[in-house]
Amino acid sequence: MGPILVVAEFTEGELSDTSRELLTKARELAQSLGSEVIAVGFGSHAEHAMANADADRAVAITGLGLDQYLPLTYERTLSQIVSEYHPLLTMVANSTMGLDLGAGVAAAQHMPVIAYCNGLHTDAEDIVAQCQAFAGKLLAEVAVPAGGAVITVLPGSFGSSGTSGHPEVTVMAVDSVPGMDVVKILEPEKGDVDITRADILVSVGRGIGDPENLGLAQELAEAIGGVVSCSRPVVDAGWLPKARQVGKSGQTVKPKLYLALGISGAPEHLQGMKDADLIIAANTDESSSIMEVAHYGTTVDILDLMPALAERLRGE
Amino acid sequence: MRILVLTKSVPDLVEELVLDEDSGELLHDEMTYVPSEWDDHAVEEALLIKEDSNADVTVLAVDTGDVDNMLFTALAKGADRAIKLQGDFDLSTSNRKRAQAIAHYVKENPYDLILSGVQAIDDIDGQIPAMVAGLLGMPHASVVTDVRLDGDRVHFHQEYGGGLQAELASQTPVVLGIQAARKPPRYASIAKVRQMMKSSVLEEVEVAVEEVPELEIRRFFKPVAAGHAEMIDGDAEEVAERIVSILKERNLVRG
Repeated sequence: MGPILVVAEFTEGELSDTSRELLTKARELAQSLGSEVIAVGFGSHAEHAMANADADRAVAITGLGLDQYLPLTYERTLSQIVSEYHPLLTMVANSTMGLDLGAGVAAAQHMPVIAYCNGLHTDAEDIVAQCQAFAGKLLAEVAVPAGGAVITVLPGSFGSSGTSGHPEVTVMAVDSVPGMDVVKILEPEKGDVDITRADILVSVGRGIGDPENLGLAQELAEAIGGVVSCSRPVVDAGWLPKARQVGKSGQTVKPKLYLALGISGAPEHLQGMKDADLIIAANTDESSSIMEVAHYGTTVDILDLMPALAERLRGE
Repeated sequence: MRILVLTKSVPDLVEELVLDEDSGELLHDEMTYVPSEWDDHAVEEALLIKEDSNADVTVLAVDTGDVDNMLFTALAKGADRAIKLQGDFDLSTSNRKRAQAIAHYVKENPYDLILSGVQAIDDIDGQIPAMVAGLLGMPHASVVTDVRLDGDRVHFHQEYGGGLQAELASQTPVVLGIQAARKPPRYASIAKVRQMMKSSVLEEVEVAVEEVPELEIRRFFKPVAAGHAEMIDGDAEEVAERIVSILKERNLVRG
């Protein structure tokens, strides 16, 4: 039985929350399969950050320039490690790095990749993965083949036990692979407002339909004392700046009130706002995913609702 | 600079996904297919690069039986050529098999820059651009925006979440999974697409694909909602009234 390999990521020099989740799940599977857990991490802080990881062994990959994520170098190195250790499972988070490494390493190593996993359990002889498909509208149950697979896991799927361990850490020095370099890091756009600090967000999605309707959202935000934010399609359409985007590739927010207007609730969006204290959603489709995380919902047209609400809040 | 854009169609989520509830199989032939949204962005980014330089843009789709309209639409938007990979493919063909077919084609027909949507709604067996790159041993990056040519190198942004990005530069050939184009994807009128159908041809290339690692998908099923919002009934005025009272109960209304 091959080991379970976990690709660790770090936040401010420590194991990220998602990496801890992956290690917790890997430990659970390894115990039931009689296998071991190997953590793999990149950069100068990897050795320290993995010193107390819940793993049997750890491989810290160091080298010039590796503190910054380098797609080509990371992928070639991980591919080499996978071919050496023959893991049954290689677990990576469904982050940008995971999107690069998961499918890329799997293809290079002639293994299948199981993507968007949000559940993993043993079932008699097999390991069974549950994956999110079709923007969360369906789930799939996938058997992990005996020959192994790479699995990309959606953050927040497992929870972390908080257990620490004493892995035997091996430091592996590598040279960066020429061909793809980081030119510069681009700091987040500051924008006119910081949506992560707002108590009330009036958030609009594709259902806003036309940039001209943004005025209604702005009026509502003023009436309620909040700030306008949005989901990814609104930014991609160029209707609002990136600094206003809530979701995995935008900002994670936890306001007292999140008004989701014309937002269907793609997994990428839910990841950024599901922990808001109170979520009220307006969407013409009652079965849309946003209604599963919202406390209150309505199917009335947002173009009617926004002015009606603003009027009442202004006391008119 | 020769640019290849990989496109595919996916079930239209505006309509219901059709599932055989007993077997948990998707009934592909009973669903409506539309171009994958991220691929539309990849086509747009390629056309914007073409406008900035003298790049030549080829659009490719694996022929799953429904791709002609999608390819003619890309031609109508400004792509120079369209390729249809033919072989043993249909709507249920896995992404892994499609990636292998594309890798075979690219090996024989080199391009400098290969763009595709970073993901698709149906790629639980892997994202096509990363797999194509992995199979060909080419450098690649996902979650990419803002692709520009600089001499013989390609500059682009990669997004890491929380608003953080980096600018990267790569040698060619390189494969990039596009998150979003610099501008919203352009529209091609039905008349223009029809005109393309009359005036241009799709190049058909036959590819044979060996056995690839396939996922054993036991079943698809609808998630049991963990919870559901308490629905507020009534017209906009009534709903607004109720929302204001909910906010008042929680001291979320000023004054």
